[in-house]
Amino acid sequence: MEKRNMRMSAEKKENIYGYLLIAPALILIITIGVAPIVNTFLYSFQYRMLTDPNDVHWVGLDNFITLFRDPDFIACLWNTLVFAVLSVVLELTVGFIGALLMHKATRGKSLIRTAVLIPWAIPGIIVSYMFSFLFNDQLGVVNQLLMTAGILRENIAWLSHPAWAMMAVVFADTWKQFPYVALMLLAGLQTVPREQYESASVDGAGKFRQFFSITLPEIKSILLVVLLFRTMGAIRIFDIIFGMTGGGPANSTSTLLFTAYKYLFGDMNFGLGSALSSIIFLLILAFSIFYIRVFRTDD
Amino acid sequence: MKHKKRFSFGMLIAGILAVVFLIIIIFPFYWQIVTSVKDPADISKIPTELWPSRFSLDFYSNVFVHHHFDIYLKNSIIVSGGTMIFVILIALPASYAFIRLRFKFKKFWNNFILMANMFPIIAVVTPLFVIFRKIHLINTYAGLIIPSMVITLPMAIWTLNAFLQKIPIDLEEAAMIDGTTRFQSVIKIVVPLMGPGLFTTAIISFITAWNELMFSLVLVTKNSMRTVPVGISMFPGQFSVPWGDMAAASIVATLPIVLVVLICQKKIVAGLTAGAVKG
Repeated sequence: MEKRNMRMSAEKKENIYGYLLIAPALILIITIGVAPIVNTFLYSFQYRMLTDPNDVHWVGLDNFITLFRDPDFIACLWNTLVFAVLSVVLELTVGFIGALLMHKATRGKSLIRTAVLIPWAIPGIIVSYMFSFLFNDQLGVVNQLLMTAGILRENIAWLSHPAWAMMAVVFADTWKQFPYVALMLLAGLQTVPREQYESASVDGAGKFRQFFSITLPEIKSILLVVLLFRTMGAIRIFDIIFGMTGGGPANSTSTLLFTAYKYLFGDMNFGLGSALSSIIFLLILAFSIFYIRVFRTDD
Repeated sequence: MKHKKRFSFGMLIAGILAVVFLIIIIFPFYWQIVTSVKDPADISKIPTELWPSRFSLDFYSNVFVHHHFDIYLKNSIIVSGGTMIFVILIALPASYAFIRLRFKFKKFWNNFILMANMFPIIAVVTPLFVIFRKIHLINTYAGLIIPSMVITLPMAIWTLNAFLQKIPIDLEEAAMIDGTTRFQSVIKIVVPLMGPGLFTTAIISFITAWNELMFSLVLVTKNSMRTVPVGISMFPGQFSVPWGDMAAASIVATLPIVLVVLICQKKIVAGLTAGAVKG
């Protein structure tokens, strides 16, 4: 009886310690993360203009109705979808090739690994200006190299043409993000036991077969993690668009976040902007819940 | 014989791919450096010089003289450094609790913090702007450090968890049997062993804060409080973009970080991929 009581109190003590130690982190996230999101939801049912601060009132679903009638919103939904599909496919493909190269490399491994970290470490806004200059119509080196190589006959104004502008932002984002994909997949590849390949070789399986029957299944879960992370990243794209195209030309690269930013701090329409922000939040939340469901660890 | 030939063919393709990869990664960065040291008269030369015919540091002096980049750098260092220090102070105890202690709803809170990593900043920033204006946190370092901590904290806890999990619990238990208190065992055993993990987490936190744009864009209205990313975005004028100045500024802003990355690449990779793979 005595012993049981002591264990109970030890358990209780550990409970208190646990909560004390995580309290600062929780308080920070709840006050600066969760509470503002709740407010954003409230704002999205309000008439709330920064330019008209004395007249804030409830308007029900008006902001959402305005949103769905706004061609800018429909355009940014479509642009975000196009951007997400293109960039995620490209980042995963290039990242996978990069991971395989790093995994197989015998020489220069650390050189490649170091090089790969550079794009990751550079601020997105700087990446966007780097690529704006590379893709500049008059002074850009991309045009010049393509002309020298005989691929182009005259300069292309990459960032003033809707389809090319989208390709350019996808290219810039891929440059910045594929290193992360490559490093994660490399970490996955390094856990695949070598014996599996050896025994497969003995059984006469070629490199190609080995790739599909051993490598892919073994790194499937990490591949899914990266896929989800990058999809969420692509939905939240902002810096590159902000710096490279400003959503243009003619809204052709205006994504969800950029449009919300435009409503909020361009038009000063906090109601409408918050409605769009809430939609973005719910979209990301759905992906996160899916992520946690799929990869719940059982330890 | 035949086998050997096929082998070298594969190697050749891998080699070429690796070189193409390196060029694609390095070229944009190389181009920034080359542009930044060109003579201002040569920057609009057509065709562009792939290697400058004459060198000049004019763009660098522009960056500091005309654009007050030293102010942005100072602000960024204070904000990122502050974020890094406070995040570690909050993340380490939390991570210790998650890995070493048993308490109710532990898993829920762990997942809750990780999910905060996914919060889109756009859904947070507007109410923060409204509240911060009321309590006069706009245009202050605290007003930038606190939000930036929220976006770095989940990753810091995640990384520390992965490192802490690898440290055997036996040492602490042995010390505690010898009469050391739990707190002492943490300070004397866990913290020293966590050295590399703390270091990595600190670097990743610093870089994340350094690269942050949206909060600094919205929560700062005074030029003297702007950080590097926002500062650079103020360079383009209405009719012309000072490409040379911007190239020089981006080199100034990224070179310190790139150097840290070059020196600590192994640790950073370990930190970034920690927890991604079990084992």
